[in-house]
Amino acid sequence: MYQYDSYDQAMVDARVAEFRDQVERRLAGEITEDQFKPLRLKNGLYLQLHAYMLRVAIPYGTLNSRQMRMLGDIADKYDRGYGHFTTRQNIQYNWIKLADAPDILADLASVEMHAIQTSGNCIRNTTSDQFAGAAADELVDPRPYAELLRQWSTFHPEFDYLPRKFKIAIIGSDTDRAAMKLHDIGIQLVRNDAGEIGCRFYVGGGMGRTPMIAPVIGDFVPPLQMISYLEACLRVYNRYGRRDNKYKARIKILVHEIGADEYRRQVQEEFAHILTLGLEPPPAELERIKGFFEQPGFETGLPDDIDLSDPDFALWVDQNTHAHKQPGYAIVTISLKPVGGIPGDASADQIRLMADLALDHSFDELRVTHAQNIVLPHVKKADLYAIWQKLDAAGLANANLDLIGDIIACPGLDYCALANARSIPVAQKISQRFADIGRQRELGELKLKISGCINACGHHHAGHIGILGVDRKGVENYQLLLGGSEGADTSLGTITGPGFNEDGIVDAVETATNVYLAQRTDGERFVDTFRRIGMAPFKEAIYG
Amino acid sequence: MKIITGNDLRTGDVIWWTGQGWSRLVDDAVEVGDDADAIIARENARQIVTDTQVIDAERSAEGVRPAHIKDRIRALGPTVRMDLSLKPADPEAAKWVI
Repeated sequence: MYQYDSYDQAMVDARVAEFRDQVERRLAGEITEDQFKPLRLKNGLYLQLHAYMLRVAIPYGTLNSRQMRMLGDIADKYDRGYGHFTTRQNIQYNWIKLADAPDILADLASVEMHAIQTSGNCIRNTTSDQFAGAAADELVDPRPYAELLRQWSTFHPEFDYLPRKFKIAIIGSDTDRAAMKLHDIGIQLVRNDAGEIGCRFYVGGGMGRTPMIAPVIGDFVPPLQMISYLEACLRVYNRYGRRDNKYKARIKILVHEIGADEYRRQVQEEFAHILTLGLEPPPAELERIKGFFEQPGFETGLPDDIDLSDPDFALWVDQNTHAHKQPGYAIVTISLKPVGGIPGDASADQIRLMADLALDHSFDELRVTHAQNIVLPHVKKADLYAIWQKLDAAGLANANLDLIGDIIACPGLDYCALANARSIPVAQKISQRFADIGRQRELGELKLKISGCINACGHHHAGHIGILGVDRKGVENYQLLLGGSEGADTSLGTITGPGFNEDGIVDAVETATNVYLAQRTDGERFVDTFRRIGMAPFKEAIYG
Repeated sequence: MKIITGNDLRTGDVIWWTGQGWSRLVDDAVEVGDDADAIIARENARQIVTDTQVIDAERSAEGVRPAHIKDRIRALGPTVRMDLSLKPADPEAAKWVI
């Protein structure tokens, strides 16, 4: 893992001291809320429905046990004993007191973490593949490039006041586990026929009220020009992105309105200019960063056999572990989606347990996934049973990864000031309706995603089944979408028709799954069947 | 009726204007009528409350009920964690929101 140098640490410490002073001045009445609000948002401190909410950045979703333990301790010390892992690989605390915020940031800084740029119209925390450095199908480890992106984007003065917020994802596998094409910029590290590595730039994707899949803008940018190309992409956006209408201010609108070809032409022009300026970090810096991401000291000659005589354990291994590049090892995903639970929530004790497991069994590494789960990336297969037993005792052995019970849901109207409807109760009812794990497995891979408003933090556009909560004259109403996807086969869901109340949407989801079961052919996932047979059979069954 | 709500600057707690000060209980909220703007201006100047706003509500024998579901959730707490709400001992309290 990357470790702060003295420059990184000094920047973060200075920001904590600065914010402490700002909070003191606000509490003393020396500055108004209008003056203070942009300052607190610069430090990830929002005011939500019930209290202040602090959003903490987890760079490219990667943590060590010391950091994870700190997240648990903060939940106990300053919040109400739990945290919420988000769809952007961050964590949010829902019950923060303003006077405590500087101390929390100081505690975070002590473990090389912060909440900078988790709000505002700037470049947000870069996200990545939760299996980076571990996946058997990985081409290039994206983490050094993600870290370079973190350093480049942090406090970048030119991009501190963009037309709108800006989200970047980077991956290094053919399998897209980061919803890359639905970001403002998605970077895929690829290899050409000559065996050289390059960056494929997808620009202008996004969800929200105008969902769009990003087109390829740069097909093969040399990695040592990645930052210059990013500068070019951002500069064109910063110059022409709309600032008159926040609903049309994201880069996707610019790319759509002027067209991908024209946007690409302008980026190329700017890129050629930037290359003459020598803005690219020196190659030695990337090499220095790569040194932090050397392969852990894996043991060799380990067996791949696992004793699967315990059926519950066997189920979990089958559903929640993935192939590791190193024989004898596996990638473990801990589902934070218990039946009837709140997607993404974990208690302080659970957070600390996962930290301990990472320290003892995963080379001190954890990852947060955009699906609101936690990954132990490097686990000996021989340790899996012991880990599973500890997870099971803590309510964390939910064997439902990528099944209908593994629901993504935003905080919704239970917590969020922007939401129009509650997301979590709908997730809980669907989770309970499909509680039987045998039934979930019978349905196979089925990604269900729920947002409580059009901002789409719950990624409803990309759900095989998506649910969007809306406000209909003060009453919660839920629209159903089918056919979305976020991976290599990225697609946007289509609304089935009129919306439903809370119980009605659960029934509608079940009806859609029944249509799938009746219509599927061998090996088809829900989304495959939908693509083959279209909306009509689903609509007929749902609306009669 | 028109009532005023905001958040305690220091804690972030949801609070309601009682006529004399601020309460965490929505049932303590009072009708502010045409005085809303003056009250908000005065209270904002005291720098102890933030995000003040006037909302619609109804008073009945059961108490004060904000007109919009968002404000009812603010008044009670998250419906999915009643243990963290203002009525942790009442398992039916979330029904008041809906």
